[in-house]
Amino acid sequence: MAYALQQLINGLTLGSMYGLIAIGYTMVYGIIGMINFAHGDIFMVSAFIAVTAFTLLAAADVTSVPLALTFVLIVSIFFTSAYGWAVERIAYRPLRGSTRLAPLISAIGMSIFLQNAVQLTQGARVKPIPPVIQGGLEVWSTPEFTVQIGWSQLLIIAVTVVMMVGFTWLITQTPFGRQQRSCEQDRTMASLLGINVDRTISFTFMLGASLAAVAGVMVTVYYGVIDFYIGFLAGIKAFTAAVLGGIGSLPGAMLGGLLIGLIESFWSAYLWAEYKDVATFAILVLVLMLRPSGLLGRPEVEKV
Amino acid sequence: MSAVVFARHQITPAERLRDAGWVAFVALILGIPLIGLTTVDAGGSLEVSTRFGLLAACVVAAFGGRLGLRWMIDTMGARKLERQRADTGKSVGISPVKVVNVIGWIALGASIALPIMYSDNRYVVDTATTVLIYVMLGWGLNVVVGLAGLLDLGYVAFYAVGAYSYALLSTQYGWGFWEALPVSGGLAATFGILLGYPILRLRGDYLAIVTLGFGEIIRIILVNWTEFSNGPNGISSIPRPTLFGLEFSRSAAEGEQTFSTFFGIDYSPMHRLIFLYYLILVLALLTHAFVSRLRKLPIGRAWEALREDEIACQAMGMNTTNIKLSAFAIGAMLGGFAGMFFAARQGFISPESFTFTESAIILAIVVLGGMGSQMGVVLAATLLVLIPEFGRNFSEYRMLLFGAAMVLIMVWKPSGLLSHREPTLRLSRGGARNQDALEEAAQ
Repeated sequence: MAYALQQLINGLTLGSMYGLIAIGYTMVYGIIGMINFAHGDIFMVSAFIAVTAFTLLAAADVTSVPLALTFVLIVSIFFTSAYGWAVERIAYRPLRGSTRLAPLISAIGMSIFLQNAVQLTQGARVKPIPPVIQGGLEVWSTPEFTVQIGWSQLLIIAVTVVMMVGFTWLITQTPFGRQQRSCEQDRTMASLLGINVDRTISFTFMLGASLAAVAGVMVTVYYGVIDFYIGFLAGIKAFTAAVLGGIGSLPGAMLGGLLIGLIESFWSAYLWAEYKDVATFAILVLVLMLRPSGLLGRPEVEKV
Repeated sequence: MSAVVFARHQITPAERLRDAGWVAFVALILGIPLIGLTTVDAGGSLEVSTRFGLLAACVVAAFGGRLGLRWMIDTMGARKLERQRADTGKSVGISPVKVVNVIGWIALGASIALPIMYSDNRYVVDTATTVLIYVMLGWGLNVVVGLAGLLDLGYVAFYAVGAYSYALLSTQYGWGFWEALPVSGGLAATFGILLGYPILRLRGDYLAIVTLGFGEIIRIILVNWTEFSNGPNGISSIPRPTLFGLEFSRSAAEGEQTFSTFFGIDYSPMHRLIFLYYLILVLALLTHAFVSRLRKLPIGRAWEALREDEIACQAMGMNTTNIKLSAFAIGAMLGGFAGMFFAARQGFISPESFTFTESAIILAIVVLGGMGSQMGVVLAATLLVLIPEFGRNFSEYRMLLFGAAMVLIMVWKPSGLLSHREPTLRLSRGGARNQDALEEAAQ
């Protein structure tokens, strides 16, 4: 029981990070209907930026953890959203309005490019940083097992909740959110009504990249080790999460992320850890067979 | 007001500079975290080191590059406009279909002559063999993506099934290449149907992500199920194919003959390479003939109809289940053959060779070539294999170059290099004449 509770906590932590990345996929899919394959690599870039920023802070003898975290988050969000913007501008905008497959191939190319660019400029070895947040809260202690929530896990869950609240506010209450949603519904109509569609799409990419940047900083804090290859698997898992929750739906992305995180941690704890990715994909296939539009997605009605 | 001429907006030098300056600024922002700063290992902990010189060089390169690019776009655009003005009323003399056909025959001639011309150059023959493997894979995937319009991101799974089935059949049960060929193809086709069946209802991107997951599942199983596949170590000493029982080795086994002793020529390791080259050439040509024939059969037309409009297909009473499954099965079978050849050629396979990148490359070949275009696949496969090969001298940059090339080619030609889509069916001569008669009658 205690062991299961621990897995629940671990799963929620992992799931929050997947959820943050998944929102980037689902938003981009909602607005321009393409899989932004490079999103996982944007997340990876943000983790590298976080490592550099943490190392800089350590060199400058900054010991206050909240200060350091805020600084790293801001720096990482700034640079990562610049990457999100640039990727859209270079690889996707010229392809808007062409076949559906063209931006996908361009995205895969971008993903390969980013991965190798980081490998070349930052090195192929893993990057370890000293633990930023140590210790945790003992929740429940039984003779065999002690359930512990690490401070870093609490931080991740808290930051995710804050980001989700802020994000929901941004999408539902602000002028930008209205523009974003109207572009999602009908881009031509939105542009006729005076909305700058190009700018809205750019902002969407930057927002998605910022959330990925938050996830990147959290991964760096949580695991303390990153390499240039983390983007691929995290990206695929997050995309799976977005599809599971119903692509195009923001709460769906978060729900899908949490589910994938929980499935992964329970599966590795009780069954075979080496087949945890198989479990993720198998469950995805099952869900899609029964509900092809995902858990919270609206079914696509096709008119002739 | 009959001659309204829209003057092209002339861009002033100041505007050009501002534009390039903006690009340089973006390059600076993007470059700071990755190029300008880097972390290096300094005795157990990381230390930040700076490379501002390199960063400055990159920013200057971005500035200059943008200026040049802008200038090129403008001059080319102006020239195109002039050509369009001069061209009004004139039509293009030669049909692009004919040009592609002629190029196809030339390419065929060149590929037959290549090993004779380079009979002592191991590297050229080897690279050409790799190109042909990708051509074959591209043609196989073209059935699924280009003709049936089903986006498959896990095609490498079938390639792996073909490769592993031959590797296991030959090393465990002593099967030869030719006996195993139909079995590998059949197994891959079975997997195609197994994958296809549960996901028939999915479309578009859902299909893409499920096929991607399937490809990863196969790879993860190959890595972890050590008793079956020998795990990450892979399977080695896979026997090479023989020519009607003649081996390509220095000395033959008991009671067998080698190729060189049978024909009474000196043994040369090049014989095997050239044989492998011709083998894959024949396999690829058979694939091409097979797919071209299929396109003219009802099933091929059904695929293309399905790609264009699924609902219309259903309304016409077509069985979309069978159509989709047959596309998956045939595409998978061709991938299985290619995988089998790959295993036989390498003599060693491991799950490393069947990663997602491989699927992405094959899909890129189909899309870059122009979906549904057989010649486009050849062109794209040649390009995508040769780009990393040219980059071999600075090998760490080859995948970087590869990714950039994928983006640039796509941005430059979004519908593929040879996007001209020829109709598989033409009106018969009688039909055409009737058409003329109708038009005359209408006048």
